[in-house]
Amino acid sequence: MAIKAGSLVEACSTRITKTGAWRTFVPIFDHEKCIKCSLCEIYCPEGCIHQEEGLFVPDLDYCKGCSVCANECPRMAVTMVLEEK
Amino acid sequence: MSEKTANRKVVEGSYAVAHAVMCCRPDVISAYPITPQTHIVENLSQMVADGELDSEFLTVDSEFSALSVLIGSSACGARTYSSTTSQGLALMYEVLYNVSGMRIPVVMNVANRALGAPLNIWNDQQDAMGARDAGWLQIYVEDVQEAVDATLQAYKIAEDAQIRTPIMVCMDGFILTHVYEPVELLDKEKAREFLPDYKPADILDPAHPKTFGAFADPSTYTEFRYQQFEAQLKALDKIEKVAREFEETFGRYYGGLLDSYFVEDAEIVIVTLGSVIGTIKDAIDAMRSEGKKVGLLKVRSYRPFPVQALRKALKDASVIAVIEKDVAIGGEAGLVTDLKASLYNSNIRMPIIGFTAGLGGRDITIKDIRKIVAKAEAARKSIETEFQFLDLRTEIL
Repeated sequence: MAIKAGSLVEACSTRITKTGAWRTFVPIFDHEKCIKCSLCEIYCPEGCIHQEEGLFVPDLDYCKGCSVCANECPRMAVTMVLEEK
Repeated sequence: MSEKTANRKVVEGSYAVAHAVMCCRPDVISAYPITPQTHIVENLSQMVADGELDSEFLTVDSEFSALSVLIGSSACGARTYSSTTSQGLALMYEVLYNVSGMRIPVVMNVANRALGAPLNIWNDQQDAMGARDAGWLQIYVEDVQEAVDATLQAYKIAEDAQIRTPIMVCMDGFILTHVYEPVELLDKEKAREFLPDYKPADILDPAHPKTFGAFADPSTYTEFRYQQFEAQLKALDKIEKVAREFEETFGRYYGGLLDSYFVEDAEIVIVTLGSVIGTIKDAIDAMRSEGKKVGLLKVRSYRPFPVQALRKALKDASVIAVIEKDVAIGGEAGLVTDLKASLYNSNIRMPIIGFTAGLGGRDITIKDIRKIVAKAEAARKSIETEFQFLDLRTEIL
């Protein structure tokens, strides 16, 4: 991506600028334990947890690994795991 | 009365600058009053109220807000103006970087004043010097006429599509803002010809959404900074070019990046910036009549720092004394440090000694300049003190 002076970009630039790169821990969802209460989706400060075919999953392009979903889950269905790259 | 002096009036420095700003036709002005800048913005506010100037004058709660307002206005395509000093400039610190990083061409007069503590409202240049790395261009002027002329030039430099960088026109507080002297006020029509309306290529427009100052992660941040660095280097030529264009239209020239006084054959060269230059010129006249080969080099553009021009101007000097109204506590001072750095990788070598003087409004007299010249002469043989406080009152320490 060529950059323009003044950090000037077309609108919706975060669609191309992925911001999940600084994550250290990645949330792993245990769908067996999940009761579909949506608390992870509601509390996620990045708004990046969504449902895919009825299952809650994080969008790892934007997930910062903050652990809020794991902390809020009443069934302890989310585990934070060290992500090695 | 000749055409050249048709607009000559005895006015206060602040009025003269406000009049110059009016001739530049800013769409939005936002400022917070602070001594000794107050008269500049009071005059502008009056001009807007009287219908002389068609601008939005936004009164705000702080300098932080004043400059922030200008980011939004300028991004929407407005020509913008502010003015501040000292604590006000310090309060703008965070916004200074946002303005320069977003390449917003704000023009701002800084009425240079000391920073507290201890509380002091008088002139020195610690305020603007502290902001030297904030990405703004900085021009330091010598007298009111140059403040007027540099303000008009500043818009032309800052708004250039290749540069798009904010600029501070630094004028010594009180000494220049509150002095009454004969000034050639700008002619509105000539100013309009010299400085056409501001028409930036990119603006914030709901019909074509864009983001200014977007997020940059480690993969692009360096390149944004490089672009700013490059734009400042391009400004070296632009500042000189605009000064010459100004001369063609208005007949006045103060040097572009530098100006000199008896430097060509000088053995001892004083390097400085700001209003103390008048005193130094008088001192040089006196010393020249006594046969002392003393010269003066005025640094007009401090950012960008004119490395090549300085090397060229100073190559034949046998000793240099830098005098400045700022101090980099824990180091030396801005100008002397930058000057020494600019010569290090060249083959130009001479002793360079630095003086901080005139802090918190203390007068710098012809006697002081003679003292500096005497110390510089001694430094040709051996440097006793590399950097010192001139006229330090040891009896009260």
